[in-house]
Amino acid sequence: MSSSAGALAHHFANIHQQRTAARLGMWIFLLTEVMFFGGAIATYCIYRTLHPYVFEAAGRELSKPLGTLNTVVLITSSLTMALSVVAAHSGNRRRLLGWLAATMGLGLVFLGVKAIEWYTEYAHHRVPGLNFTPDELGPTAELFFACYFALTSLHALHMIIGLAVMGVLVRLAYQGRLGPERFIPVEVTGLYWHFVDIVWIFLFPLLYLL
Amino acid sequence: MKMSAIEPRTDYLNAGYSVRSWLLTQDHKRIALLYLLAITCMFFIGGAAAVLFRLDLMTPDADLVQSETYNKLFTMHGVIMVFFFLIPSIPAVLGNFLLPLMIGARDLAFPKLNLLSWYVFIAGGAFTIWAIVHGGVDTGWTFYTPYTSTYSNTHVMSTALGVFIVGFSSILTALNFLVTIHTMRAPGLTWFRLPLFVWTMYATSLVIMLGTPVLSIVIFLVALERGLGFGIFDPALGGDPLLFQHLFWFYSHPAVYIMVLPAMGVISELVTCFARKRVFGYHFIVLASLGIAVLGFLVWGHHMFVSGQSVYAGMVFSILSFLVAVPSAIKVFNWTATLYGGQIGYETPMLYALGFVGLFTIGGLTGLFLATTAVDVHVHDTYFVVAHFHYIMVGGAVMAYLGGIHYWWPKITGRMYPEWWARLSALMIFVGFNLTFFPQFILGYLGMPRRYHVYPEEFQMLNVLSSAGASILGVGYLLPMAYFTWSLWYSPLAGDNPWGATGLEWQTTSPPPTENFPVIPTVVTEPYDYETNSDQTITVRRQGEFAHE
Ligand SMILES: [Cu+2]
Repeated sequence: MSSSAGALAHHFANIHQQRTAARLGMWIFLLTEVMFFGGAIATYCIYRTLHPYVFEAAGRELSKPLGTLNTVVLITSSLTMALSVVAAHSGNRRRLLGWLAATMGLGLVFLGVKAIEWYTEYAHHRVPGLNFTPDELGPTAELFFACYFALTSLHALHMIIGLAVMGVLVRLAYQGRLGPERFIPVEVTGLYWHFVDIVWIFLFPLLYLL
Repeated sequence: MKMSAIEPRTDYLNAGYSVRSWLLTQDHKRIALLYLLAITCMFFIGGAAAVLFRLDLMTPDADLVQSETYNKLFTMHGVIMVFFFLIPSIPAVLGNFLLPLMIGARDLAFPKLNLLSWYVFIAGGAFTIWAIVHGGVDTGWTFYTPYTSTYSNTHVMSTALGVFIVGFSSILTALNFLVTIHTMRAPGLTWFRLPLFVWTMYATSLVIMLGTPVLSIVIFLVALERGLGFGIFDPALGGDPLLFQHLFWFYSHPAVYIMVLPAMGVISELVTCFARKRVFGYHFIVLASLGIAVLGFLVWGHHMFVSGQSVYAGMVFSILSFLVAVPSAIKVFNWTATLYGGQIGYETPMLYALGFVGLFTIGGLTGLFLATTAVDVHVHDTYFVVAHFHYIMVGGAVMAYLGGIHYWWPKITGRMYPEWWARLSALMIFVGFNLTFFPQFILGYLGMPRRYHVYPEEFQMLNVLSSAGASILGVGYLLPMAYFTWSLWYSPLAGDNPWGATGLEWQTTSPPPTENFPVIPTVVTEPYDYETNSDQTITVRRQGEFAHE
């Protein structure tokens, strides 16, 4: 609604209160996200405990090099995101646009690599409900891949949402509507992006390495 | 914004009359009224289902509806009442309206999110109603796998999607409440000067934020199984249908506290106001609310004593379930102690409050029967359980909701409700409720299972009593609909503070202006200072004079 950058919404007493509210709002939202992914990860861990051998064998079918590459890509994108926040605070528009673009680029690389992995699994008849064909690991391998696709697709969905939000930020920055007065949108998007990164930091060892 | 501060006759209701000014409003008070309309519709849809199956249960045979329809009716009743009425009821209506007023703020922290939450609620409701109109769903509100994921041939997906969506509506509301309470309290309003209603909103919001996402994820997994054939809870693949029950109850037990904590907050306000006394043990009530929020997450296994859960897990869950009764008991004792020596007035809100304390106590104590593993084996999945949770949810949460609506009606609308009719309906609801559900304790103890369409003839007497009670209860619920609507035009004006209550919401005009307070108040005392003159203890710098009367 606000036309000028950094405008104070009518119901806040001052800009400090407004910023605290926005930051706290994102932290509390992330608390909800922890429980959301927590439920899914707990499900996976329980099944892994129930079927340790099949899950371990099925996990070895995933590509460790691609998974490692993606981990590096995502951690780097967290760095560029942090640099975007710094640029937003200092009001450097060119740098802000540059680092946001870099973060989005790395995010897209991650999704591209993920798509290659998914396609490989499709080609190996490993997609439950679509073309899963049991082999010597038996039917329980399908349970592993059901968990794998549920977890990675949820994570990818969160990345896509993050990229869309960053697209909006790029537009705002381009129009000069972000700056040293109005950096909170970049800051809370940064928090969200780091969270999505951290989720992967848990998913990668759980799915690929254990 | 400036306009309304200068013009004293402008309030949030006459600030605009267009449909747009309601449907695109960002005013928490208007959004509260949007919620009031939406959940009232849901209440009557859910209630209609109950009327139908209670009619059917008057005879031992299946003679009014077919068994498939019967299953769909009780499912629809449960889904709508739990997810679309009880969970949003007090937070989304009274909480939305009162929270900023009680803490001396101009609005919630995120007004647009607040409006969005209402549309999300409507979207979730639309999917669920669509499912009902197109043939319904027969899984029970608990959606147990593998029946839900594999075998049911009804509209599971759209109902589950509706419940999934409406979860985000509660999450948005809770997020807004938590941030608002943390960051937007008026000057001088320290944490331990907060009204107890605000504290329960805080505790409830925590439970919503931590519990609801787990329901979301489990619905997501069921949808993957049912829609895409992912087989997450499929035993043929090594999946565990019981895991569904664990995840479901991890949310759905705390959901009981999402329903009853706000009710406790309302009751704390009502009891102190109508006993004209400072609440007894304020800090204990606050700590009890937080204790319930934490302990409530550790007891879900008491729904699974007979499901094949390990005996040791059952023992631990049993002990923890006994423990969670302690903070609830603390509250009951505190309310009782507040009444002691008070100058008790028996206006309608107080009738509901006293009814709540009695019925909640019965509901809570029978909960201890169910938390006892040996007794639970006998009464598990019988009408005893049905009676128990209706004493908590209807005798507790709905009574408190109605008490709260009566209490704050003068603030919300600027008009009183008709006292005589309101007392009559409170009495009818109390009598009707007990007649409906007390026989169900006996039915359950005698062994009548819940969710059964037909039953042996010796159970008919108690079932007829229950159905008779339900009809009284139904009339009791219809009466307020009529007299509240009537009061909007014909009741006398209430004035700013008809109850002589403490609390910032009573210090502004009725109905409040759009920005709530012309000048943000400064708080200098504890809440519930009824012993000294309340008008002096809470200092509000206002431009206008206190209203007429
Ligand atoms: Cu429970």
